[in-house]
Amino acid sequence: MNSLGLPKRPQDTRVVVAMSGGVDSSVTAAVLREEGYDVVGITLQLYDHGLALQKPGACCAGQDIYDARQVADRIGIPHYVLDYEGRFSQDVMDDFADSYLRGETPIPCVRCNQRVKFRDLLNTARDLGAEALATGHYVRRIAGPQGAELHRAVDPAKDQSYFLFATTREQLEFLRFPLGGLTKPETRALAERHGLEVAAKPDSQDICFVPNGNYAEVVAKLRPGSVEPGDIVHVDGRVLGRHKGVVHYTVGQRKGLGIGGIRGQQEEALYVVRLEPARRRVVVGPRRDLARSLVMVRDVNWLGPDLAPDTANGAGIEVSVKLRSAQPAAPALWRAGPDGTAQVELLEPQHGIAPGQACVVYQGDRVLGGGWISATAGSVGENAAKLVGAGETAA
Amino acid sequence: MGQAMDLVGNPSSVHAFGRSARRAVEEARAAVAALVGVKPAQVLFTGSGTEANNFALRGFPGRRMLTSAIEHESVLAAQPEAERFGVDRDGVVDLDELERRLAAAGDPALVSLMLVNNETGVIQPVADAARIAHAHGALVHCDAVQAAGRMPLSLRDLGVDLMTLSAHKLGGPTGVGALILAEGLEPDALIRGGGQERRKRAGTENLLGIVGFGAAARLALDGLAEAADLASLRDRLEREALAAIPRAQAMGAGAARVANTSCLMLAGLPGETQVMTLDLAGVAVSAGSACSSGKVKPSHVLAAMGEDDRSAASAIRVSLGWTSDDEAVDRFLTAWTAMARRSAPADG
Repeated sequence: MNSLGLPKRPQDTRVVVAMSGGVDSSVTAAVLREEGYDVVGITLQLYDHGLALQKPGACCAGQDIYDARQVADRIGIPHYVLDYEGRFSQDVMDDFADSYLRGETPIPCVRCNQRVKFRDLLNTARDLGAEALATGHYVRRIAGPQGAELHRAVDPAKDQSYFLFATTREQLEFLRFPLGGLTKPETRALAERHGLEVAAKPDSQDICFVPNGNYAEVVAKLRPGSVEPGDIVHVDGRVLGRHKGVVHYTVGQRKGLGIGGIRGQQEEALYVVRLEPARRRVVVGPRRDLARSLVMVRDVNWLGPDLAPDTANGAGIEVSVKLRSAQPAAPALWRAGPDGTAQVELLEPQHGIAPGQACVVYQGDRVLGGGWISATAGSVGENAAKLVGAGETAA
Repeated sequence: MGQAMDLVGNPSSVHAFGRSARRAVEEARAAVAALVGVKPAQVLFTGSGTEANNFALRGFPGRRMLTSAIEHESVLAAQPEAERFGVDRDGVVDLDELERRLAAAGDPALVSLMLVNNETGVIQPVADAARIAHAHGALVHCDAVQAAGRMPLSLRDLGVDLMTLSAHKLGGPTGVGALILAEGLEPDALIRGGGQERRKRAGTENLLGIVGFGAAARLALDGLAEAADLASLRDRLEREALAAIPRAQAMGAGAARVANTSCLMLAGLPGETQVMTLDLAGVAVSAGSACSSGKVKPSHVLAAMGEDDRSAASAIRVSLGWTSDDEAVDRFLTAWTAMARRSAPADG
């Protein structure tokens, strides 16, 4: 077995590396090349960076394609740029805009991994005769008794498992993540040792096609005329002010509401409790109105052991769940439902759970799977009518 | 070319350096003129074949524009509103449609039709098209970039008024082309600001490029017989490829083609993936028209020939060159067949 778990000598093993032009994927390519693999670098052109937005520090712009080429030249591997603009626009950007307009808070990076990198690019890698597709993600793939397992990265600060929950078993068999056991400083040190010019390049921060984090502007560009103003309403029914479009808001948001405290009352901080795009309303309330104990998820991808069919009504399995990328996992009970749905019962209520985000399920360091948050409720006892989902008008 | 490296003058300067540079340019002009059977004064040098196409297509404002549906992007984009006439399944233009369109309106037209298609190598009936067009008072432009050096070329025999050439397709340097004009024809200037190229294309001449173009034109005229020899290699390549992989298709093989080009389609396997796979095996081919960096869209040429989007994005162009031999064809066949077998077609 070679270091990628394949029964061949490295020089007889072709590996495609998805190279974004950043330090992580560059080091991935350099390390595999040094081990003697037949490495082929591929960079995806995902959108017209001239039309979109020229900005450093986010992945995949023109500069990044240039950087990827330079790295490939430096380490001596063939490198190709593929035009995936059409697929990216259709499979990622359209979904992003529509999700925001439904009052959700989408995660386009998951869609991009799921639909572009791990589906289309992976198929291209197979067609090229590669036996694996390697990326610079910080996550670990561990060969288990029932096949490949997905585990958190060793470096908790860099762990990207949240963004990879939708990876299917079949995709996971073909994928490799050589950086999962490294810390970021170790990666940068490797970049230095290989003489890569990108060694000190800043990490990407934002969604690649959204400049300066201005999501609303991108949605307005993709769906002209769809961003409409409306009322900001208190949970008790009072109209507190106006907003410029629900796409500007996320459940749990506190800053930037543009409304003061409530006159004649003690100042109480207000949060976005839910979005009602059909009525163009942003509903705000005190923090206690954000507390949720029940999360409904859809489009579940399951990577863990097979579950007994009755987990929906039974006690569920004990897991921990991450409901936002920048939040520690919280203990919960997972009950799989019909048609790819599941119910997640949080042992402690969580605040600011936004529909459209991912609910990723862990047992220890292992990713068991996850799904998209479709609705939430205050407690398990509440009936379906009280579930708060995006686009619903739960009274 | 070696001597040209010593030329330091600006061909427009009066001093001795300038005059020797001027002489080198004019010798090259005569060589290019000889390649297509015209007088040197009928040759205008440009920065590329693309530029020459733009020059021709934009040089006659007020004329109705007609082009075939399979022209190079530089013709299609120069006149995006032009009427387009189609081709048959083999990629040969429909002259009846051309005639119908010309007859439909009386305005004087400019018809642009390429001599050899860059993706399929199919030779177009340019002389017949020119007769039809002239009968309707039209001017005729012929993009002969892919034909020069591969078949005899004469402005008069083709009966066209304008012709585009590109140096690097003849084995000359990149970055230089020419627009050939019928005597007395005066297109609008393309670039203004100097007296070069009869005030039609201002700007200091690309001296080294032009001298290289001239040298390549001389060699091409001498080597036309060898170019035709490539046909037997190309035919062997296609015969063995299609025998090994019956689902593959050689596009345009039913029509007259230049000897060096084969367009092979493997429906369902993207052309760009094929190009990468073969490149990794040391075989250089191209997908689509392969002009813009790495971007491969469904071929408008194959679409015009009746292929759907999926098929039209699944073809490669194999070009045989002066250095190609049986061994190179063997290497191609080994790599291409392995690739075709590995990619199980989605439709069986």
